[in-house]
Amino acid sequence: MKPVFMTYTKKDLINLAVCMVLSVLVIPTFITTEYWYTSILIPWLCLALATIGQQIVMGYTGQLALGAAGFMAAGAFAMFNLILRVPDLGFVGSLIVSGLIAAAFGILFGLPSLKVRGIYLMVATLASQFFIIWMIDKFGWFKNYDSSGIITAQDIVILGKPFTTPLAMYFVCLAVTTVLTLLAMNMARGSTGRNWMAVRDMDIAAESMGVSLLRTKVQAFAISAFYCGVAGALFAFCYLKSLEPVAFDIKLSFKILFMCILGGLGTINGAFIGAAFILLFPVLLNAIGNNVFHGAIDATIISSIEQVIFGGLMIIFMIYEPLGMAKLWENLKVSIKSKLSSAGTKSLKSSAQKSE
Amino acid sequence: MAYERKFKIGKPILEVNNISLSFGGVKAITDTSFNVLEHEVRAIIGPNGAGKSSMLNCINGIYKPQQGTVSFRGQQIPNITPNIMAQMGLSRTFQNLALFKRMSVLDNILVGRKLHTKTNFLEVALQLPKVKKEEKLNRERSEEIISFLEIEDIKDTPVGKLPYGLQKKVELGRALATDSTIILLDEPMAGMNVEEKRDMCRFILKVNDELGTTMVLIEHDMGVVMDISDRVVVLDYGKVIGDGTPDEVRSNQKVIDAYLGVEH
Repeated sequence: MKPVFMTYTKKDLINLAVCMVLSVLVIPTFITTEYWYTSILIPWLCLALATIGQQIVMGYTGQLALGAAGFMAAGAFAMFNLILRVPDLGFVGSLIVSGLIAAAFGILFGLPSLKVRGIYLMVATLASQFFIIWMIDKFGWFKNYDSSGIITAQDIVILGKPFTTPLAMYFVCLAVTTVLTLLAMNMARGSTGRNWMAVRDMDIAAESMGVSLLRTKVQAFAISAFYCGVAGALFAFCYLKSLEPVAFDIKLSFKILFMCILGGLGTINGAFIGAAFILLFPVLLNAIGNNVFHGAIDATIISSIEQVIFGGLMIIFMIYEPLGMAKLWENLKVSIKSKLSSAGTKSLKSSAQKSE
Repeated sequence: MAYERKFKIGKPILEVNNISLSFGGVKAITDTSFNVLEHEVRAIIGPNGAGKSSMLNCINGIYKPQQGTVSFRGQQIPNITPNIMAQMGLSRTFQNLALFKRMSVLDNILVGRKLHTKTNFLEVALQLPKVKKEEKLNRERSEEIISFLEIEDIKDTPVGKLPYGLQKKVELGRALATDSTIILLDEPMAGMNVEEKRDMCRFILKVNDELGTTMVLIEHDMGVVMDISDRVVVLDYGKVIGDGTPDEVRSNQKVIDAYLGVEH
């Protein structure tokens, strides 16, 4: 039997091509309403990126961390200050450096994972959430001493060209997300990902194989925070277009956690599925409320129903399919394939019988 | 059985000197010393609760003994941790299976190649040529081990879904993948049927014979132990009560008493 040496199989390349064609050609051609870009697609890409960060630390390395929004805030405000104070760095340079700054926070707040685990670690990582937001609020320097508390994000300029239309910003988000997703997949499928999963599944055995728990956990936290930092910067600059610490509160951390769990722990595509579901579901409910019940149901009730359904789904998924929607998607593909192939053999048989 | 061994039994490779380990007030191991010679198959036997697994955990650095030292190749090792021992060339399996349950058989074995993986996460993320080269080598070695253990047909199955006997095999494979000079096996045949046991014995002897890997194993099945090991150390209540070739141990009165009980 020939071992698979390449990281990418033919199927992966086809998937990648389909995704690229969809996102680069199909979506810009057929979707022309700004609403879809500014309210759905851009936040989807940003939050999916943050969810990949959460996946790395929680889904792959098995460290129950809750503080993604804190790292996003770190990335967003680092971005603001870098563009303000070090304009020479450029947009892409600032984006990378803000990711690295968030990664530094990730290392700092990942250190407790060496001593505590499970729910206790979750509480410990909450510190990052509150500390980073507090720090930004406390020291005016981070907000350039703006008295209003809400600062406007600078315009995105890459290589002298402005990227200010929703479509242009969508492409910026898409490019960054695509590159970082591919890098994450490489890591997850390579030796790095195997070390993460080994620590997740059985840390004592991993250590006996020469996997350093300290290095692996801290590395996962750093990479995770890098992804969240970059996602936060994009979130602020392309979606919110303003910076206020409140936007990165614990609710956002929970949202990312839900995306991670519903999408499927330990999967990269699950991050995109989970993010899409959580973003689109309220839109769908609203549409149902408006079009089916013609506004007979109050908007506040609809948003409450949304919470109830999310909660219910979380419980159902945790019990019946811990691997989330990514796994459901896999199962669906497999069942369709087997149905198609059985239909294929049937038609072959019947045509064979006819010819007889 | 006067066959010629490819790897002659040599000098002591691992020495355990006066180890004492206690949990709170309970003494698990008391002042125990023995050694393991290079290329031999060494068994540690004893009744339940004799401190056999604790002994392995001390050698491997999972437990820190209150007294005593462990020397590897004549060199005393301070601050033993599982990681340091792995780097020195000592690998192990666990009594209650410590596999990476959600990973495939191949991935489990590939984790064993960790110490032969020098590229860092950035290089892996960028898939540099040297990463691909290294991954290829590691995969080839893992495939070799998989076909050696005759588990090719399950290599893509998540380990958690496999029956117990196969999981034990995978764990042996993972230990082998490290290319360690010495492997500690904690009850490699527990819970197996006769056929699986025979298979496992065959693999242990084959590894020892073909690769010269020193094997230290804990086992309950006396017949198996006496058949495959070169020397046996017997523990009872955390103390060594017998040490020698299987024949010597079998005729040792203390060992007989420990296993069969003494008349009072």
